[in-house]
Amino acid sequence: MHEMGVVSSILTACTKTAEREGATRINEIRVKVGELSEIVDEAMYFAFDSLAPGTLAEGAKLIIDHVPARSKCVECGVSFGHGRFDITCPECGSFFCELVQGRELDIECIDVDLPEEAVAGDRVEEP
Amino acid sequence: MKVDVSKPILDRNERMAAENRLLFDEHGVFVLDLLASPGAGKTSTILATIAALRDRYRIAVIEGDIASNVDAERIKAHGIPAVQINTGGACHLESDMIRRAVDTLDMAEVDLLIVENVGNLVCPTDFDLGEHVKVMILSVPEGHDKPYKYPNIFARAEAVILNKYDTMPAFDFNEDDFREAVRRLNAMAPVFPMSATLGDGVDAWVAWLAERIETQKRAGSDT
Repeated sequence: MHEMGVVSSILTACTKTAEREGATRINEIRVKVGELSEIVDEAMYFAFDSLAPGTLAEGAKLIIDHVPARSKCVECGVSFGHGRFDITCPECGSFFCELVQGRELDIECIDVDLPEEAVAGDRVEEP
Repeated sequence: MKVDVSKPILDRNERMAAENRLLFDEHGVFVLDLLASPGAGKTSTILATIAALRDRYRIAVIEGDIASNVDAERIKAHGIPAVQINTGGACHLESDMIRRAVDTLDMAEVDLLIVENVGNLVCPTDFDLGEHVKVMILSVPEGHDKPYKYPNIFARAEAVILNKYDTMPAFDFNEDDFREAVRRLNAMAPVFPMSATLGDGVDAWVAWLAERIETQKRAGSDT
């Protein structure tokens, strides 16, 4: 429901990074979204298509990597994957479990184009 | 060329939330973020909480709504400082809105700050405001199946208030089913049956809350 705000934060952070690198355009943005976060992919793509034009990310591809939910049982210590509705330890049946992953909302990386000469310059400097 | 970004999408919100929390901790202010759907009884619960705790603690309220200041006026009518935030359409509060509201209050004069989030069971769950606990209210007329429809908020809340408990006979609400569903999502969260407007069940809820306010006050006076 708040995908517009989420996408606008993604665009702000990514264009800032791209500008710092002197990039001419962003080809790809990769984000990590936990399965327990309240994010809907379709709404993300829709927001991205609406907000990206006019920025360095115009025409870029938004890739969403889903992070499955995992918890650790507080009583027996076993770590297990689960869905949204039943966070119960499969080993001992305890309800006392702590979430280890599944609420991520992170920007991972971007793929950018650099001006030709900058690319050549970078290569020379590489060890 | 691949460039690493590696930062939370809600980075700005999270940084401001951490700053807020630091400010609250410095002043020993305990902050409660109340979440519920529209009409579940958030404002009535706040008023019942104020009535029960106002002799012991200095309370202030931040009211989040899309529009209007009717809620803040209701609170102010009881002589409690209240700030209204209008999100202008946004479905949840964010940490910078809280900071602007907090800046109009004197934190040295507050023990308990109650934030009434925008009526919504989805969006507010992903946003840290700098609060110490998120508590959700479900009202009986909404139905016992809500944990299955909105699992995240039930998993996130540290306590669940089951409000309008007195209307139970009029609705097909299965309390056992409800409690079992909450337990499967969040075994640590207590469920407090309550009728906020009648004052029934308020004691157990405020006892739980007061314990946390005391802990925070002690932590605040240590710093």
